[in-house]
Amino acid sequence: MATNQQRDTNLSPDEARALRFDVEEFNTEYARILDAQDIDAWPDFFTTDGFYRITGRENYDAGLTIGLVWCDGRPMMQDRAAAVKTTMVHAPRYLRHYNSNVRVTGVDGDGTIHSESNYLVVETLMEEETRIFQAGLYIDQFVREDGGMLLKSRDCIYDSLLIPNDMVYPV
Amino acid sequence: MPDTPFIDDGSNLPLSELRWPDDDLTRIPDWIYTSDEVFQRERERIFFGESWCFVALEAEIPDPGSFKRSYVGDVPVIVSRDQDGEVHVFENRCAHRGVEFCRDLRGKAENFTCPYHQWMYDLSGKLMAVPFRRGDRGEGGMPKDFKLEDHNPKKLNVTIRHGVVFASFSETVESLEDYLGPDNLEQFDVVFKGRKLKILGFYKNRLQGNWKLYHENLKDPYHATLLHVYLATFRLMVAGQKSAMICDESGRHSTMASAKDDDIEITEETASQMKSAFREGMELSDPEFLNYVQEFDSPWTVTMQIIWPNLIVQRELNTLGIRHIVPRGPNALDMYWTMFGYDDDTPEMDKHRLKQANLMGPSGYLGVDDNEAIKFLQDGFKHSQDGEGIVKLEPEKEGSTQTLISEASVRALYRHYREVMDI
Ligand SMILES: [Fe+2]
Repeated sequence: MATNQQRDTNLSPDEARALRFDVEEFNTEYARILDAQDIDAWPDFFTTDGFYRITGRENYDAGLTIGLVWCDGRPMMQDRAAAVKTTMVHAPRYLRHYNSNVRVTGVDGDGTIHSESNYLVVETLMEEETRIFQAGLYIDQFVREDGGMLLKSRDCIYDSLLIPNDMVYPV
Repeated sequence: MPDTPFIDDGSNLPLSELRWPDDDLTRIPDWIYTSDEVFQRERERIFFGESWCFVALEAEIPDPGSFKRSYVGDVPVIVSRDQDGEVHVFENRCAHRGVEFCRDLRGKAENFTCPYHQWMYDLSGKLMAVPFRRGDRGEGGMPKDFKLEDHNPKKLNVTIRHGVVFASFSETVESLEDYLGPDNLEQFDVVFKGRKLKILGFYKNRLQGNWKLYHENLKDPYHATLLHVYLATFRLMVAGQKSAMICDESGRHSTMASAKDDDIEITEETASQMKSAFREGMELSDPEFLNYVQEFDSPWTVTMQIIWPNLIVQRELNTLGIRHIVPRGPNALDMYWTMFGYDDDTPEMDKHRLKQANLMGPSGYLGVDDNEAIKFLQDGFKHSQDGEGIVKLEPEKEGSTQTLISEASVRALYRHYREVMDI
């Protein structure tokens, strides 16, 4: 079980701090487009062969591979974005995304940055009280491309096993 | 969740005062979805009555000592495998004070111990030990005539077919084979017979609707052609395509079946009937996603089987899973999903199933639509005044049918339901 474990890092405190700032900037922009429900922009945060999954912590801890959302490659993410926007029938809602506790846990020889951070999604249906929709952990791998960072992999591991009704948008 | 308390929808009338409108099966009164008394009677007569309820897949409890928490209706039970390999189902409730003692979702154990006073049960649910039964230093303790064997948690009747475990509170329930009937047994076996399952993972969601709405949803192929834009757009299920609703004699169980047809022509007439449920020209960036690998001895590319009262067997292209309904009062249900493939799947097939799992589940391209629709329905019932729904499509039939534009099997279900419920 890797979630919330102390992990050895090959970085100096200064390097880790600088990278943490980069990751936080990335996540702030990522959360902004999700808050705005600008779903078309979402796949662009990933590399062409990027991987994205949302799964419950019970699956992650047991090494089970299923995802609530399971996208291998940006084309699959584009198909999901198109479905959310065009074909999936759902009530209007507001969503707000909070990201914190970023921990950069290491950098590979090829420059891949490993990081983990907590996320929280708050949901408001039009005539209902605001509720915490999901609490979870991002387990990420970033690469630098064309001067910016892109996600090579984002695993969203949620604690909130009992999902209220359904989950329309990615986190 | 706050509710609007100021509208009296009649659902709190005593059951004896509630009348089915004109005894007419084409009309369904809203109160069957909202009344507490109706729900209590459903627990007694359906979930605890002459029914087989799904509790587990054997693949979830593979070894001696494996167990999982599960439910029959809304009653928590433990499903466990003893040292001899036999599967047991018993109430997750300590015979002492009623503690729901097993808290882990699943795992392995040698026995179960209630944390409150350390009463200990073996893997078959038998009470084995009560601390200080004889008191301490001659004082206190249980009465002399206290016998361990009189204090076991309630044990359920168990039956297993091709790795699927069902339980019943009834001692007189018919065999599972008779319960399902030949046609639905055949559909069940397509998925489970002969191949060992591999568990891919679990989901859980709470739907804001009455549990019967899920049954209706899967007995209503009409909605599939209209609500699910994705199905029509990618020609997974379209009016005019080869399809069937296969009901059993009693009307309880059914399988919605359809064969994907990439060449089906969507006529202007069909397209105009579908209104906004069809997006001409939309294409997938990853077209392999909807590939169907023929792996079953069946003409259908999708079968959605619903086994009364709490199991759905999903076979949509190559994504397989079961859904276990746990009713939570009249206004909500929890859905426990177990997604699986087969033990002999290649890595490519494994990946294909994980990809196609995007279709279903709480985030599924099709799953979301149904969850949302069920909430919209319940919202309608909760705030109605003497409301009722109509199910009149294909009036000459009741039960099995070949067309998607039908509500014949919804009526068959409610004939059965009304008999059992005596309403
Ligand atoms: Fe549906």
